Amino acid sequence: MATSRSVARLVAYRRTPFLPMGSTANFSSSQPQRAPPQPGFRLPPPKRWDQGSESSLDKASKYFLMAEIFRGMYVVLEQFFRPPYTIFYPFEKGPISPRFRGEHALRRYPTGEERCIACKLCEAICPAQAITIEAEEREDGSRRTTRYDIDMTKCIYCGYCQESCPVDAIVESKSWEPTGKATKHYLTGLCYATETREELLYNKEKLLANGDKWEPEIAAAARADAPYR
Amino acid sequence: MAASFARLAGNAPKRLCLRPSTLLNTSVPRSRSIATTIPRRHAEASSYQATRLVPTDPTFTHFANKGSPEDPEAAGLESEAEGIDRKIRHYTVNFGPQHPAAHGVLRLILELNGEEIVRADPHVGLLHRGTEKLIEYKTYMQALPYFDRLDYVSMMTNEQCFSLAVEKLLNVEIPERAKWIRTLFGELTRVLNHLMSVLSHAMDVGALTPFLWGFEEREKLMEFYERVSGARLHAAYVRPGGVSQDIPLGLLDDIYQWATQFGDRIDETEELLTDNRIWKARTQGVGVVNATDALNMSFTGVMLRGSGVPWDIRKSQPYDAYDQVEFDVPVGVNGDCYDRYLCRMEEFRQSLRIIQQCLNKMPAGPVRVEDYKISPPPRAAMKENMEALIHHFLLFTKGYSVPPGETYSAIEAPKGEMGVFLVSDGSERPYRCKIRAPGFAHLGGFDQVSRGHLLADAVAIIGKCLCLMFTQTLLILAPLGTMDLVFGEVDR
Repeated sequence: MATSRSVARLVAYRRTPFLPMGSTANFSSSQPQRAPPQPGFRLPPPKRWDQGSESSLDKASKYFLMAEIFRGMYVVLEQFFRPPYTIFYPFEKGPISPRFRGEHALRRYPTGEERCIACKLCEAICPAQAITIEAEEREDGSRRTTRYDIDMTKCIYCGYCQESCPVDAIVESKSWEPTGKATKHYLTGLCYATETREELLYNKEKLLANGDKWEPEIAAAARADAPYR
Repeated sequence: MAASFARLAGNAPKRLCLRPSTLLNTSVPRSRSIATTIPRRHAEASSYQATRLVPTDPTFTHFANKGSPEDPEAAGLESEAEGIDRKIRHYTVNFGPQHPAAHGVLRLILELNGEEIVRADPHVGLLHRGTEKLIEYKTYMQALPYFDRLDYVSMMTNEQCFSLAVEKLLNVEIPERAKWIRTLFGELTRVLNHLMSVLSHAMDVGALTPFLWGFEEREKLMEFYERVSGARLHAAYVRPGGVSQDIPLGLLDDIYQWATQFGDRIDETEELLTDNRIWKARTQGVGVVNATDALNMSFTGVMLRGSGVPWDIRKSQPYDAYDQVEFDVPVGVNGDCYDRYLCRMEEFRQSLRIIQQCLNKMPAGPVRVEDYKISPPPRAAMKENMEALIHHFLLFTKGYSVPPGETYSAIEAPKGEMGVFLVSDGSERPYRCKIRAPGFAHLGGFDQVSRGHLLADAVAIIGKCLCLMFTQTLLILAPLGTMDLVFGEVDR
């Protein structure tokens, strides 16, 4: 193929061992080691225009008929007959793995009791210091949070809170379009376009509501990923 | 510099005779010398004049004092400025930080002689977030996500670099499987990065199509990232002591599926670019760096190999499983943009080779150090075992302490040598963490490389960037053509 030749130009002289001075590492481990290069080793001089094996007529016709351009254009043309890779985003959505780290949610036990026991591990580990927790004893004597805020503008979605939680209370759910308005960010896969900044300061009610909304997905993902944790 | 601007501005209207002739003969009363505006003697033309150049002279005497008989020095200078010894200065262009062609947050002060670049002065720091200082206040575990955000087109290699440094200080040996996973994802990251750098370079030169093909492949690769770590970009997957989780079942099959077809994508891109006369005209002989210069300017990676210096840390100081895989390192000849492009294309193929070997040789076993003082215990153990729970709590609050010492550990990141100099004082937080980013050295050599080239060459080929705005921390990405710069790591 024509294209491989240029690469071959770079790679061809590799076959002569090209040892860096004083180094013991063989640079090309896939080639059998041969003798080190002679002291005055030089690359062969590049071929001049009249030294190639190609005839002038070939070269001229390739030049004037723009052979390589049309080869390239043919490759482009092939793409027209391939199925597109794109999806119709708001109607079609890409797959998401059980490990996906999206919008946060606070889970409950099946009894309806909230899981979080305010151990504040997530607050301690959060590299962006996005979590604020206040806790006190409830009437029935159990320790629960009175305040659980996550500043989603600070959050970097590292997943440390979910890793640290000993009772699986705070999780990063599979939801990546909490507002349902904006389009998905094509790299991070998240979209957090809200009309006001305040909508991104999540409090405990919002997080618990998220948990209630996404519980089936969260539970399924936790089950699917359990062997690896 | 400001003075020369003003002087230029002052002389321009004089040459073009744009100054109202009435001003020349105006004698301003001395009592008005505080006023900054010229007194209007008569109504000016009612035509719209948005910008007015206020003329000054070389001595910067005020208008009110100008032309007065007791200022002979100024008169002499002005006569000199009439035309004989007048200097023509190069045109200075402020390129960026918000320039549609620069996309990113690079500010280049380009001194142009016509269209030829006389001097290029990159101003960095617009994306400075104080990462190194922030890391001093974070535990080793918390510091890890910062590394994703340094060079945010090759995330896992950054993490790998930091993890290797911490492991060296901790003096732990990670399990074999973790090494192979790191190698596998290191090479996937290399493909990810080269796709971005080569094809955005091509896009800046005018070939948009391969860029779109490349993004399809990037999409697939980021899906692998997501399946293994949960994030498409900022993975936080490679941790000190191994990797955070084992690879899910079936992922290796899918990587194999991807790897079998990716060679065709490289061929297609090469078919479109390598022999293309436009591409050759734009890259051959442009941005030539000879081997001496490349070494002196501390270039690494493809910038160094493109100039003919066979240097690859994966070969010279192998880390992780690179000593157990076979691969070749392409080395360029001419040191121009075209050779660097060819090196990157060949590195795609070599990465594929390494990926295939990783898939074949992936051993079974643990993926983290089974030392609960360093890596968190598995969740099942944490929930049942009191001791594991204590370790879990300690790790996530206090962190693990690293024995005092210092290390510089470098890896061959896709862009070049990425190094972390880590000093530990025996506490849970690093005393100092210096990050050696390859892009910073490359940008430092930008002046020498771009000098003498045309604006379109140096800016479109070496200096054009690509920007992707992130929702999270508003990082702006700028892989500068063949220099392959990303401002997350340059500005740190």
